[in-house]
Amino acid sequence: MQLNKHANGLLSIYFTAGYPTLDSTVTIAKALEEAGADFLEIGFPYSDPVADGPTIQHSSEEALKNGMTLHVLFEQLKDLRKHVSIPVFLMGYVNPVIRFGVENFCKACKEVGVNGTIIPDLPMYEYEELYQHIFEENGISNIFLVTPQTSEERIRKIDKLSTSFIYLLSSNATTGTNLEVKDQAESYFKRIKDMDLDSPFIIGFGISDQATFRKATAYANGAIVGTAFVKLLSQEDYLKKIPEFIQKLR
Amino acid sequence: MSKYQVNNKGYYGPFGGAYIPEMLYPNVEQLEQQYLTILNDPSFKEEFEQLLKDYVGRPSPLYHAKRLSERYGAKIFLKREDLNHTGAHKINNTIGQILLAERLGKKRIIAETGAGQHGVATATVCALKGLECVVYMGEIDIARQAPNVARMKMMGAKVVPATSGSKTLKDATNEALRDWINNPVDTHYIIGSVVGPHPYPDMVARFQSIISAETKKQLLEKTGKSTPDIAMACVGGGSNAAGMFYNFVDDEDVRLIAVEAAGLGVDSGETAATTVLGKEGVLHGSRSILMQTDDGQVVEPYSISAGLDYPGIGPQHAWLFQSGRGEYVSATDDEAMQAGLLLTQLEGIIPAIESSHALAHLEKMKFKGDEVVVICLSGRGDKDLDNYMKYFNL
Repeated sequence: MQLNKHANGLLSIYFTAGYPTLDSTVTIAKALEEAGADFLEIGFPYSDPVADGPTIQHSSEEALKNGMTLHVLFEQLKDLRKHVSIPVFLMGYVNPVIRFGVENFCKACKEVGVNGTIIPDLPMYEYEELYQHIFEENGISNIFLVTPQTSEERIRKIDKLSTSFIYLLSSNATTGTNLEVKDQAESYFKRIKDMDLDSPFIIGFGISDQATFRKATAYANGAIVGTAFVKLLSQEDYLKKIPEFIQKLR
Repeated sequence: MSKYQVNNKGYYGPFGGAYIPEMLYPNVEQLEQQYLTILNDPSFKEEFEQLLKDYVGRPSPLYHAKRLSERYGAKIFLKREDLNHTGAHKINNTIGQILLAERLGKKRIIAETGAGQHGVATATVCALKGLECVVYMGEIDIARQAPNVARMKMMGAKVVPATSGSKTLKDATNEALRDWINNPVDTHYIIGSVVGPHPYPDMVARFQSIISAETKKQLLEKTGKSTPDIAMACVGGGSNAAGMFYNFVDDEDVRLIAVEAAGLGVDSGETAATTVLGKEGVLHGSRSILMQTDDGQVVEPYSISAGLDYPGIGPQHAWLFQSGRGEYVSATDDEAMQAGLLLTQLEGIIPAIESSHALAHLEKMKFKGDEVVVICLSGRGDKDLDNYMKYFNL
């Protein structure tokens, strides 16, 4: 799955399926495409999201209370491609995927037109040993994370394994931590850019406004906004506010 | 190499591994690469053994419980981990890990705790070494375990309430992992059981293996044979059982019996009997057996004993269970409480309710009369007096 290009950098939005209401998933996806998002990450909730900060934890808890499960999500996404044409990635933790069956999961992704997955607690070794062939048979791109502490050797390996993009974490942190506007982050972005990787890289974690979006896209092919958007979803009339939210990021 | 110990990829059969987000990879990799070198270093061994002797009070006695033996018709020995400093086996692991953390150059220690025993054992070694200590504890557990919270605070630890999810042990573990993600360089995470990403299950089991190493020597002195017929222990995450089984797993003549907490009964919906109800899954960084819904959401367990109140078991236990090497059984709240009272009345020892679960299984066993049974008495019952008082209207 190759991502398109955008002169000012690709804008991706993360939101949790089943939040704020069980049926809001596809409506939000559609609104985001119309507002100008370039691709989407739809989170499937898990009871123990260790890589997430309080905002996304809360959205996951609420989504589970609303009755969201992987079965419900795939049912909701049945007509996804009638409404949404931009790339869609599913993001979540590995345990629900194992319970669902990794093969069933990849097949279901393919059937509804999901392009790839981001599963932070499925490491490279386990992916290669156990699951890579299943993802590839179904044409599902699995996305790997890189942090400021990831070694160059490991980044090269991730680059080889990647079929869509590399998810570059702006800092070693849980989601919703503010990107420190410091030389440190920029020198790290520059270091990655200078590695001249085959895969495009998209920066996530701590991207919340135009300043941080521009800072990230000065180096990367795009950036991902998660927590800031999930906060918007907790407001009344959030659907009406989506176009403005996206415009202000660009 | 033993087929019941961890392999060079971090797995026990299909269980184990390191299912961690990339943010934790450098820390876990550093541990993985260095833990065996450090543990085998003579200066580490010397300091570890010295502290276990002079500070913890080891070796812990192996006590022949004669009246209990008479009652059940077997030769029953209790491995007295309850006599350790801080009152349980947990200190064996925290001593080991604090020495490791020092050698890794870490300045700050974090830990999770349920009932507070591991939190106290961690706060203790941090006081001993003058390191900063932050303990994550479920908001609900903080309210019901006030004395242990006070102990940790007296020793200078900061106790942070985990307010997410079910606000108990698994959420405290999530918070500790989040802390580690956000503080990757200066912090070491002292996990309290044989759970977590590789190398934690193996590392913690090695620190706890002193339990069975001593037991072997003591049995030889007392019975003329260094192995028992049966080794028993309770299992939550499973660290005292891992320590008790460690030096016996390869001797297939030794029966290994692990007792889980059935809570109000395995079919009651209020239970922590993981091997009965659990399915293969991933929690807190390792693949194991896990109590979960059909959608793969982790189910909150229940037991009267806070130390057994965990929805999974360590990956080595999952493998011992699945391979049939270990016998995994369970005892209810009621069975455990009665067994705790019985030990008190027959032997003058008030056991931790966790350990009472192991004792409770004796009721269901048939002996020929001369079997040697070793039970790990993992902790003392002082912390549980409230529960005993309420339960027996004392």
